[in-house]
Amino acid sequence: MSIEISAKSITPVRLAYGNLERRFGDKKPASRYQEAVYDIQPTTNFQYRPLWDKNHDIYDVSKTAIVMEDWYSFADPRQYYYGSYTIARAKQQEVAEHNFAFVDKRDLFDAVPEAVKQAVRNILIPLRHVEWAANMNNCQITDECYGSNFSSVGMFNAMDRLGMAQYVTRIGLLLDGNEEATLDAAKQAWMEAPQWQGLRHAIEDMFVLDDWFELMVAQNFVLDGLIFPLLYDRFEKKLTQEGGSTIAMLTEFMDDWYKETVRWTNALAKVTAKESAENQALLSGWVAKWTDRLSVALEPIAIEAFGDDGANELVEVKAELLDRLAKQGVTV
Amino acid sequence: MSNKKNTVFLILQDNEDARPIIEAVEQDNPDANIQYQPGMVRMEAAGRLLVNRVTVEENLGREWDVQELHLNLISLAGNIDEDEDKFEISWH
Amino acid sequence: MPAKKLNLRKRYELLTRGMGWETTYQKMDDVFPYDSFEGIKITDWDKWEDPFRLTMDSYWKFQAEKEKKLYAVIDSFAQNNGQTNLACASYLSAIKLFITGVTPLEYGAHRGFAHLGRHFRGDGARIACQMQAIDELRHAQTQVHTISHYNKHFSGLHDPFHQFDRVWYLSVPKSFVEDAMSSGPFEFITSISFAFEYVLTNLLFVPFMSGAAYNGDMATVTFGFSAQSDESRHMTLGLEIIKFMLEQHEDNLPIIQRWMDKHFWRAYRLLALVAAMQDYMLTNSPMSWKEAWDVYFVENGGALFEDLSRYGLKMPKYHELATAESDHISHQVWSVFCSLGNATGFHTFLPTEEKMDWLSEKYPDTFDKYYRPRFEYWAEQKKAGTFEYQKGLPQLCQVCQIPMVFTEVQTDPMQISYRVTEHGGDKYHFCSDGCKDIFEFEPEKYVQAWLPVHQIYQGNCGGPTLPEVLDWYKFKPEDSGDYIGSKDYQRWQEWKGADKKVKQA
Repeated sequence: MSIEISAKSITPVRLAYGNLERRFGDKKPASRYQEAVYDIQPTTNFQYRPLWDKNHDIYDVSKTAIVMEDWYSFADPRQYYYGSYTIARAKQQEVAEHNFAFVDKRDLFDAVPEAVKQAVRNILIPLRHVEWAANMNNCQITDECYGSNFSSVGMFNAMDRLGMAQYVTRIGLLLDGNEEATLDAAKQAWMEAPQWQGLRHAIEDMFVLDDWFELMVAQNFVLDGLIFPLLYDRFEKKLTQEGGSTIAMLTEFMDDWYKETVRWTNALAKVTAKESAENQALLSGWVAKWTDRLSVALEPIAIEAFGDDGANELVEVKAELLDRLAKQGVTV
Repeated sequence: MSNKKNTVFLILQDNEDARPIIEAVEQDNPDANIQYQPGMVRMEAAGRLLVNRVTVEENLGREWDVQELHLNLISLAGNIDEDEDKFEISWH
Repeated sequence: MPAKKLNLRKRYELLTRGMGWETTYQKMDDVFPYDSFEGIKITDWDKWEDPFRLTMDSYWKFQAEKEKKLYAVIDSFAQNNGQTNLACASYLSAIKLFITGVTPLEYGAHRGFAHLGRHFRGDGARIACQMQAIDELRHAQTQVHTISHYNKHFSGLHDPFHQFDRVWYLSVPKSFVEDAMSSGPFEFITSISFAFEYVLTNLLFVPFMSGAAYNGDMATVTFGFSAQSDESRHMTLGLEIIKFMLEQHEDNLPIIQRWMDKHFWRAYRLLALVAAMQDYMLTNSPMSWKEAWDVYFVENGGALFEDLSRYGLKMPKYHELATAESDHISHQVWSVFCSLGNATGFHTFLPTEEKMDWLSEKYPDTFDKYYRPRFEYWAEQKKAGTFEYQKGLPQLCQVCQIPMVFTEVQTDPMQISYRVTEHGGDKYHFCSDGCKDIFEFEPEKYVQAWLPVHQIYQGNCGGPTLPEVLDWYKFKPEDSGDYIGSKDYQRWQEWKGADKKVKQA
């Protein structure tokens, strides 16, 4: 017996929305990503100026010094729209959930040397405040940026940072059998301990930056480009060697997240620098300013994490970052 | 305040996932009025409506997280009190 | 050591509070510069309590599940040519108005809530706003994806975002959302979360989506109901923020009452478009606008405000007028669209005999008396070939930007309601006391309005003639005019066979 599936053939009158036909031609259907992020943001004929900012329209290209002929030149290489984004994160959270449950059920922290646990308390747990700040900064980018491609990528990034702040918090809780002592100590260190103050100062200065693209560079290019390789990669490896492989299970999300994120920050650096010499100069200036500032701020933390090797680890991470950005056309 | 109790309501999609919840509402809120409308089920009651986790789990035959309710929720009216055991809607 | 068991409430608190800090290198007022200029006094942000305790991991999990279901339906809808199962292709006028008028509001809400998600000083309130910001982005994107298939087969859906910024009737939703977005954060959330989402959103989504189900539009039902599952969270946020502000300081009450009055009226006027959609564009309407108004505003809104009366908050000003108008506005707005049908991006059509009988039944006090004669007169003219679209452009209300079509329903329903005020030596015109009050409280804001008709007369819209303006809108000739005889109509006849005449014929 043969099964015949006959779908009525109906010829469409067009294959894509007009904005996408004008961008990509009318010969093939647009992708879900294209439909979801291109041109949704209003661009003209604004009704009222914001009460708190009479100098700008609701959406305004002049909120950054970066100038783009077309703000949609940037495309997210991951092609994330809400559906593909949440489905990707749901898979990652399922793995994370499994890992947290496993560590909890098997009391795996009992086997971790106390020195490693203390290092986690001192170095990793305060990072929940850093992620929290990254959430605020990416929310700021979503608020201020120009274009629905940017607001989309900014929004996903903001929520990722909240998620990671929550994972770090859960590590802190797991360390102490759901008591809050570790979280309280980390907060106190963040507020008062000398080794964290340079970083906190830099982050608070980032909170008040005027230019959202400078904030993009400071947070998503530079700070993440230093912290993730230094602490979630190199420091984790050190802990693993010292008997703390359990920790790596719990930070797998962050590790995967950063590898993924670098793809779009690279793409963004590249397309923005390529646009003009002026953009290139702005990016280089911001990268230089924030790499200098943040590598100084991170030095005491690197030293606490790696001892005598700390300064050198940081130098290597910084060199990798600058090298990677140089490959995208942003030279310092 | 008047003694008349105003209507609270909960509207769920009319699908298989919502069935055990709707049945639980019927069981735990004998006075609730349940109306089937195109694509949706509207459950209303005077003053208060309760979705009880334990009842849903009995109907469903598995563990049920109260937050799963959100998957099929269309609308509601009233103040919400949600915890791990119940989802309750009421007017004060 | 056995771990202490954390309940949902405590766990949520630890995962959302205490990560923020009181800044010391920068002043808090510089880090959060926008949450005090409106005069709302917050003494303790920690009193903010989230009704739904969603952490990001649960959010991703549940939302991904919703998305998988939704896209499975969208894919199968496209593969099976689900558009052929509609009650009638004329129904799509509603979808055309939806994607050009509502989807951009979702995007605006996304950006507006991102602003609040960054700028509210309280950690809990910020997270709640961020979740809504990403949900609203979801709604905009899923709507574009769902309606994409219709765009491949029908006119009038091809350029929603270009049109939102320009078209004469789309300045109604545009000015609504930009009014909220250009306000401070507390006014924004009162407008969108409370006045629109809590008090009025059920009037948009529930009857409309139920109507989609009633007319065979399974794609819209699916995205609509899927969005509503988020909307329930948003409505609850609206109620919580109002209670929170009212509980924080007694000085907040008069400010909130004024915002409530203003944004209720703003949102209500916007919904006049929905009223026309519900009563006229839907081939089969499961519920009339008036019935929906009675259930979702008079009954539920009444219960809500009774609940809030303990804080001293009163029903919004002019709500009695809105209820009195519920007998009229759908007919008035649809009449305007029909009389300007050569300049709309969707098809217009006169109500069939069957539809008019339904309207008579649903509107026994008004339809036969005031509106049926008009539609019958136009029908005769169309038959005789003497029907002409209105020449010249309608005058718009300075605030809601709807043409002057509303009438004095409480005294003389045949008399156009018309208000005027002077500011800075110029005259400004309004459709109602509600809109006039809004202007008079903030004239500097509303004199800025980008009124499409003024802009056309000033030559800012492509040129002085109608074809030039329509071209500037990116309306194609087949997008406008009567449904009967249109390309959509012809295509529908081909699919359905000429023997099965469509109801409007």
